[in-house]
Amino acid sequence: MTDISASSFTPPTRFAVPGRIAVSNRAAAVWQTATLTEIRRETPHAATFRFAVPAWAGHLPGQHLMLRLTAEDGYAAQRHYSIASAPDDTGHIELTLDHVEGGEVSGWFHTVAKPGDEVEVRGPLSGFFAWPGDRPALLIGAGSGVVPLMAMVRHHRARELSVPLRLLVSARSPEELIYARELGAETTPVFTRSGPEGVAVGRMTAAHVAPVLSEPPPGGWEAYVCGSNAFAEHASRLLVEAGQPVDRIRIERFG
Amino acid sequence: MNVTRGFTGRDRVHNPGLPPGQYDAGEDWPVLSAEVTPDLAPADWTFRVDGLVERPRTWDWDEAHALPPSAYEGDIHCVTSWSKFGVRFGGVSLDAFLDVARPHGSATHAVAYSHTGYTTNLPLADLTGGRAWIAWEYDGEPLPAEHGGPARLLVPHLYFWKSAKWIAGLRLLDHDEPGFWEQNGYHARGNPWEEQRYSGD
Ligand SMILES: Cc1cc2nc3c(=O)[nH]c(=O)nc-3n(C[C@H](O)[C@H](O)[C@H](O)COP(=O)(O)OP(=O)(O)OC[C@H]3O[C@@H](n4cnc5c(N)ncnc54)[C@H](O)[C@@H]3O)c2cc1C
Repeated sequence: MTDISASSFTPPTRFAVPGRIAVSNRAAAVWQTATLTEIRRETPHAATFRFAVPAWAGHLPGQHLMLRLTAEDGYAAQRHYSIASAPDDTGHIELTLDHVEGGEVSGWFHTVAKPGDEVEVRGPLSGFFAWPGDRPALLIGAGSGVVPLMAMVRHHRARELSVPLRLLVSARSPEELIYARELGAETTPVFTRSGPEGVAVGRMTAAHVAPVLSEPPPGGWEAYVCGSNAFAEHASRLLVEAGQPVDRIRIERFG
Repeated sequence: MNVTRGFTGRDRVHNPGLPPGQYDAGEDWPVLSAEVTPDLAPADWTFRVDGLVERPRTWDWDEAHALPPSAYEGDIHCVTSWSKFGVRFGGVSLDAFLDVARPHGSATHAVAYSHTGYTTNLPLADLTGGRAWIAWEYDGEPLPAEHGGPARLLVPHLYFWKSAKWIAGLRLLDHDEPGFWEQNGYHARGNPWEEQRYSGD
């Protein structure tokens, strides 16, 4: 995969966040069968689903895929999901899904799915939120928005990368913090409803962002923000106010 | 067909206005931009048409508002699968701008670009004939910033990533050049009725 520098047409306006990698259009066009091999509970509302996808083309941390469920009469529902697992050569990928109240696709996963079930996926998709592991990364997520960021953290660990990486993650409470057991010294959790004894509770503020941005690594941070639109607006505003350049902020909004 | 065990899905609604693979988002209007929402005042907004035109021209907010008003009432379709029915946008038909700029006969495509630098490519034929607008009102109110205000391109017969938010200009070309999402694997045209989501569809 090659780096995209800029389109041949460069607008006279300030440049939009350029894509990080060229995506394989062939991989994106083909639906493949993904066989569920394992389900792991993460929190009361989120679980991780591991799939065997033997012909998976490989991905970079931060990318997502399209997933499709099909009913007997041919009716299909498709949704985007970020890839939670770091790239590896196991022929498996993992997704982590929140159980959305009344959700058509996440509802099936949380109430019906069991190992051996088959679904369809196409991807990986979208290069702009990908992190090849090259630039210092400041990751900010909330709720299931931590999923693509965790793929980056896992990649950083698996490859023993030395490039700086920090994760700020917001969750309602310690029980609702996805991947809590796996998070380490790179992570600062922020709890919005209830927290451990002695830890302040409330939404993410400038005080959480300032310590990271006031000591930027050489070349500065590449910021990756992921979560609901409301969270993405809030977090990106905190970053801009703290001096992070807008063309070094990548946002994935879950809608 | 690969049937998913135990998946029935929602009650089937027969809705001829719904393109394949889309669902009705109802009151919701999700926001899916990849960049920071810019802080752009109407007084700082401009819209330029150049490239293969006889008279390249830049309009400011008041000049654009002096053109004949035009509204769109209908549906919009996002590539992430939601559609929104019965939306009302107000602004000016893109034809009014192009009539002033006068495209050359050699112009076949355009790149639309935003004040953030976002780009998207479109066949010129999709921007003319009363099918595209510069919109600054939604439901009779100023268009909110997160939805592209003060003004966005509106091309409702294509997937909504073609309707560039915070529109800054159109460059007319004699060839097709992929924009931001199109370089990231999305389809060059994006017709929802043919489900042209990704390149290769
Ligand atoms: C790039 C991207 C990456 C994402 N990654 C993840 C991820 O890693 N993990 C994750 O958990 N989520 C992720 N999401 C969100 C995910 O795509 C789905 O939106 C989410 O799982 C909800 O889908 P669902 O089918 O369960 O719910 P839906 O059925 O879509 O319902 C969502 C809400 O809309 C309402 N609704 C929708 N359609 C109808 C209808 N026809 N009638 C009535 N009500 C309706 C529901 O009641 C519910 O409140 C991602 C989204 C994007 C865009």
